[in-house]
Amino acid sequence: MEFNVNHPIIFVMVGMLILAVLGQSVYFLVKALRRAKEKGMDGAVLKKTIFSSAVFTIAPAVAILVGVITLSKSLGIALPWLRLSIVGSLTYETVAAGTALTELGGGLGSQIENASDYVTVAFVMTVSIIIGLFLVPLLTKKIQGGMKKIEKRDKEWSEIFTNAMFLGMISAFLGYVFSDVGLLFHGDTSGLIPVCVMFVSAVVMVFCGVLSKKLNQRWVTDYALPVSLMCGMAAAIPITAWLG
Amino acid sequence: MKKKETLTYMDSVHRAGRAWGLTLFVLILAFPFALAIIFGVLPKWGPLFRGTLAILPMYWAVGLVEIFTYVPMLGAGGSYLSFVTGNISNLKLPCALDAMERAGVKANSEEGEIISTISIAVSSIVTTIIIIAGVLLIIPLSPILSSEVLTAAFAQLLPALFGGLAVVFVSKNLRLAIAPIVLMLALFIFVPALNAGTVGIMVPVGVLFTLAVARILYKKGKL
Repeated sequence: MEFNVNHPIIFVMVGMLILAVLGQSVYFLVKALRRAKEKGMDGAVLKKTIFSSAVFTIAPAVAILVGVITLSKSLGIALPWLRLSIVGSLTYETVAAGTALTELGGGLGSQIENASDYVTVAFVMTVSIIIGLFLVPLLTKKIQGGMKKIEKRDKEWSEIFTNAMFLGMISAFLGYVFSDVGLLFHGDTSGLIPVCVMFVSAVVMVFCGVLSKKLNQRWVTDYALPVSLMCGMAAAIPITAWLG
Repeated sequence: MKKKETLTYMDSVHRAGRAWGLTLFVLILAFPFALAIIFGVLPKWGPLFRGTLAILPMYWAVGLVEIFTYVPMLGAGGSYLSFVTGNISNLKLPCALDAMERAGVKANSEEGEIISTISIAVSSIVTTIIIIAGVLLIIPLSPILSSEVLTAAFAQLLPALFGGLAVVFVSKNLRLAIAPIVLMLALFIFVPALNAGTVGIMVPVGVLFTLAVARILYKKGKL
């Protein structure tokens, strides 16, 4: 079969895989909703969870789509579509594809011309991150069992334990926001862009919290995170023009 | 039939999660093999081994640590979904954290498990649909999404996301939050090797450090 990076057969295979992944999401969604109904959880809370999760997802999903467009210049559309719809993140897929393409003598700017190179890149991108996909089905029950044991032994500590994990993750990303601040010492102000964007997002979140309390409108907090995310990203445009 | 009746919700989540997870693992791994068979070619072994060797050790190590870090936060259903659909730290986990916070449920309760699963499933479905729509409209969308203006906005997704999220969680756990934030700021500012590419490695470091601080403060009765 004659190869090209956008061959219909690749789209058919990718489409089938994405359909299977979509099936898993729908299965777990229905299962969780049924259980919520059995437990008598408030339907309004469930509806808000569904709607605000969907709204929150829009901006990051469009950012992922930008990743598909970026990688499509060298890999065609189908492979980046698959890779960024499953398992990996933009950072990983870009590094994996870039490394494989460099080993093949090209780079992210040049399009793959033959099937052998394409298969090589697909193997590198798949195998190098497959560990989570394999181990999560085998380890999740044990890890959750460990968490239950902690909870049984000391319920208060168990709650602090979970909160500490959340904070640990958030603190790492807050640190990352400041990673280019050192550029200031070389007269480059671009390192302040993420700091300013984070600040705008944080201020919007605080404003939403205050507004919700003052007006006694709970719905404001329901959409506070997507709103702060969008405002932060929108603010990035003039901030980048100013400091970039 | 009898066995099904005695199965708890969590047992059935684990059973379904294993079945879906391992099936999808086989299908996803089979994809490059299928490409090789269909186009009648073999991969180029040298570049394949060198490329894999350059990135596999780090990503497998990070992947292993991520499992132990993210699974307790995501819950069982959320983990089975997130590790298949990816984009955990930049989408699925913040989405689940926000949903649990707004619903007023604890992450280690069954209600938390349900809300986290619903939130991550919805997020995965919406992401997939948006990417499908984007792929179908890639020709008219490419110049718009690749424009300089929007590139600047998308480049700042993580700061915009974690700015808002930090306000919620830091304000509720201020005493516990100070030490890890100070440590991470110091590390990211003064260690040049730490950047967007290495933030994934620093998440487990931040988590372990915060757990240690939490244990000390808890034992001293300060939390």
